[in-house]
Amino acid sequence: MEQKQEERVHVPTQVFVIVWIALLCLTGLTIKAAQMKMGEWSMVANIAIASVKASLVLWFFMHLKYEKRLFKLLIFVPIITVSIIIVLTFFDIWYR
Amino acid sequence: MNETAHIEHRDYVGAKLGMWLFLFTEILLFGGMFLVYSVYRAVNTADFHEAGMEMNVTIGAVNTLILLTSSLTMALSISAIKNNAKMRSVLFQAVTIVLGIAFLVNKYFEWADHIRHGFYPDSPKLLAMSHGKILFFGLYYVMTGIHALHVVIGISIIGFVLILTLRDSVSGTDYVKLENTGLFWHIVDVIWIYLFPLFYLIL
Amino acid sequence: MEASFYHAKTRYPGIFGWLFTTDHKRIGLLYLISTLSFFAVGVSLGLTMRLELIRSGMHIISAQAYNAIFTIHGVVMVFLFIIPGIPASLGNFIMPLQIGARDVAFPKINILSWWLFITGGAVVITSLFTGGGPLDTGWTFYIPYSVRTGTNVSLAVFGVFLIGLSSTLTGMNFLTTIFRLRAPGMTWKRMTLFTWAIYATSWIQLLATPVLAITLLLIIIERFFGVGFFDPAKGGDPILFEHMFWIYSHPAVYIMIVPAMGAVTDIIPVFSRKNIFGYTAIAASSLAIAFVGYLVWGHHMFTSGMSDTARIIFSFLTFLVAVPSGVKVYSWIASLYKGSITLGAPLLYTLGFIFLFSIGGLTGLIQGALATNLHVHGTYFIVAHFHYVIFGGAVMGFFAGLHYWYPKMFGKMYEEHLAKLAWVFLFIGFNMLYFSMFVLGWEGMPRRYYDYLPRFNGPNLVSTIGSWVLTMGLIIMFYNLIHSLYSGANAGDNPWGAASLEWQTSSPPPTENFKDIPVVTKGPYDFK
Repeated sequence: MEQKQEERVHVPTQVFVIVWIALLCLTGLTIKAAQMKMGEWSMVANIAIASVKASLVLWFFMHLKYEKRLFKLLIFVPIITVSIIIVLTFFDIWYR
Repeated sequence: MNETAHIEHRDYVGAKLGMWLFLFTEILLFGGMFLVYSVYRAVNTADFHEAGMEMNVTIGAVNTLILLTSSLTMALSISAIKNNAKMRSVLFQAVTIVLGIAFLVNKYFEWADHIRHGFYPDSPKLLAMSHGKILFFGLYYVMTGIHALHVVIGISIIGFVLILTLRDSVSGTDYVKLENTGLFWHIVDVIWIYLFPLFYLIL
Repeated sequence: MEASFYHAKTRYPGIFGWLFTTDHKRIGLLYLISTLSFFAVGVSLGLTMRLELIRSGMHIISAQAYNAIFTIHGVVMVFLFIIPGIPASLGNFIMPLQIGARDVAFPKINILSWWLFITGGAVVITSLFTGGGPLDTGWTFYIPYSVRTGTNVSLAVFGVFLIGLSSTLTGMNFLTTIFRLRAPGMTWKRMTLFTWAIYATSWIQLLATPVLAITLLLIIIERFFGVGFFDPAKGGDPILFEHMFWIYSHPAVYIMIVPAMGAVTDIIPVFSRKNIFGYTAIAASSLAIAFVGYLVWGHHMFTSGMSDTARIIFSFLTFLVAVPSGVKVYSWIASLYKGSITLGAPLLYTLGFIFLFSIGGLTGLIQGALATNLHVHGTYFIVAHFHYVIFGGAVMGFFAGLHYWYPKMFGKMYEEHLAKLAWVFLFIGFNMLYFSMFVLGWEGMPRRYYDYLPRFNGPNLVSTIGSWVLTMGLIIMFYNLIHSLYSGANAGDNPWGAASLEWQTSSPPPTENFKDIPVVTKGPYDFK
C-alpha cells in the first residue's frame, strides 16, 4: 500500500523553549507546594502538577499534538489500565 | 522470489505507532512499581514522611532540571534534522547525552552518600528502623535504579543514532529513527517527573 | 507459477535461511516446531506426575522431585507452549495473509521475538540442571517460598522474563500490522474473526506482560538484595505479590483462549456453508473479554487474606467476564443451526472445543462464587477447571486450527480418518483424565501433593489411565500431521471453499503472499 507523503509538521523552536520554561516553572511550583506542608494534600497537589508537566512533554515534545487522532486516543489505554489496576488493588488494601 | 527484496517500502506512521505501543509497555512496567509505592505509602504514611526527610531535595531538583532540559535538546535535535541542519542536530544529540551522563553522575553520588550513611537494602541500620522507612528506601533504590537503567539504555541508543546521523542514515528525509529515540527519551523524562515528587517532596 | 516460500532464495544459506528469516510464514513455523516441542516436554512431565499418582502410598519419585516436576510442567506448558501458542504460530502465519499484507509491520522484530523466546526457553531448561536444581515453587512463584528456596529460581525466572519480552514485542508487532497493513477495501468489519481475536489478544500481550516482567524482576531483586517488598518482617505484604502476579496471569489466560476462539470462529462458517451469526457481537466480545479480563484477577486470591470488599467486587466482576464468552458460544451454535454441515476434522475438533470449553467455563463460575470457592480452592477441582478451559479449550482449538490451515501451510492434506480416530482417543482420554479431577477436588483432594489418602484411589486410577489414552490420541494426531507432510495428497489453493483472503493465494503461499495485493469487496464468510 503506497504511503502518501505524510505531513511533516515543523514545530518552531520558540514553542519548545516556551514549554521548557513552563516545565521549569512548574518544577519550582511543585517544590513550593511541598514546602507548604499540607500533609497528604501536598502529594495530591504534586501529582496533579506532575501530570500537567507530563502532559506538556507528551503534547509538545513527544509531538502528540500533531499526530493522528488514533495516537491521541490510544495514550489513554495504558493510563486507564494502570489506574484500574491501582484502584482495584486498593479495594483490598483499604478494607483489610 | 527473493526474500530479501520484500518489505522495503517505508511506513513512517507505522514506525511511530510501533514505538508508541512499546512506550505503553514502559508505562505498565513502571506502573507496577507505582502500584507497590502507592500501597506502601498508603499503609505507612507517617513513616514515609519521616524517611523523606533523608532525601536531598536539591539533587533531586537539579536532576529534574537536567532531564527536562535534555528533553528540550532532544526535541531540538529533531527540529534541526527536519531542516537538514545535520551538525546542529548532532550537536543537540551530543548535549542530550552529556545531560544524561550528568544525571547518572548525580545519581551515583547520591546513592554513594546514602549507602555510606547505612541506608541500603538489608543494612543493619535500616533493619532497625520502622517498616515504612525500610520500604521507602527499598522503593527508592529499585525505582530510581530501574529508571537509571533506562537512562543508560537511552544514552546508548542516542549515541547509536548520533552515529547514524553523521553517516546520513538519519537525514532530513528519513529521520524516524531519531524521532523514535526521542520518544523513548521523553518517556524516561516523564517517569522521572513522577519519581521526583514521590521521593523528594515528601516533607 | 511462483515458487512457494519454502523455495525462496534467502539471504543466508540452508538452515540459517530459516533461523534468520524475516518471513512471517517461516517464523510462524519456527514457533510451531519449538512450541510443540515444549508441549511434548510438558506432556512427558504430566505423564510422570500421573504415574506417581496412580495409587495412594506408591512412589516412583521423591516428594522434592514431584514438586519440581509439577512446577516445570506448569512453567513449560504456560510460558513455553500455550501463551506463545496460537498467536506466535498460527497468528504469525495466517493473520498477515488474512488482511492481505505481504508481511508484518516489523519483520526483524518478529524474528527477534522468536530468538528471545528460544533464549528464554534455553535459560529455563538450563536452570533445571544448574545452581540449586530445578525450581519447586509451582509456576506461580509465590513469596515467601520463592525467595527462601535454594532451588534455581532467579535463573528460571529470568528465562521467563525473556519469554515475556518476546510476547510483548509480538503483541506490538501484530497491533501495528493490523492498524497499518490491511489491503485496500479491508475495513475492520471485513476482517476475519480470527484476525479480530489476534488483535484483541495482542492488546493483552502488550499491556499485561510488563506487569509480569516487573514482578519477576522483583523476585530476583528480593533474592539478591532482601529489599523486603513482600516480607512482613520488613513491612512487606505477601498478598501484594499475589496481586501483581495475577494482574498479569489472569489476562494471560485470555491470551491463551481468545485466539483459539478466533480459530474456531473461522472454521464454523466454512464447514456449515453459512455466514457467521453475530459477526459484530463476536468481534466486540473479543475486545470485551480482553478488557474485563483485566478486572478479575482477585478471584485467584479469595483465600489469601484479601479484604471482604475486594472479594465481593472481584467475584462480581468474574461473573461479568463470563458473559462475552457466552455470547460467543451462542453465536457459534446459531451459526451451525440449519447450516449445510460437513463434519471434517477441523469441525470435529471445534465441536470438541465448544463442549469442553463450556464445561470449563461453567465450573469457572462455581469457582467464582465466594462460598464455593472456599471449598474448592487449592483442590483438584481447580486443576480440572483450568485443564478443561486451557487444554480442552485453547489446545483443542489450536488442533482445530492446525487441521484447518494445514493445507495452506504445507500444501498437503492430512489423512481424514486418522485425524478423526485421534480425536476419539483425545476426547475419551481427556475426559477420563480430567473429569475424575472434578470428582477428586470436590471430595477434598488437595493439588500439588505427591500422595493422597486411600479413599481417593478410584478416580486417580481412572485419571492416570485417561492420561495414557489421551497420549495415544496425541501420538496418532501428530503422526498423521507429520506423515502427511510427505505422503499426503496435494492440497489445492482452497480445499475448503473458504472466502477469506488466505485461501485466495496458493498453498503454500509464495514469499510475498500475493502476486498482486487483492482489493477486498466482500466479507470473510461471504460464500456467494
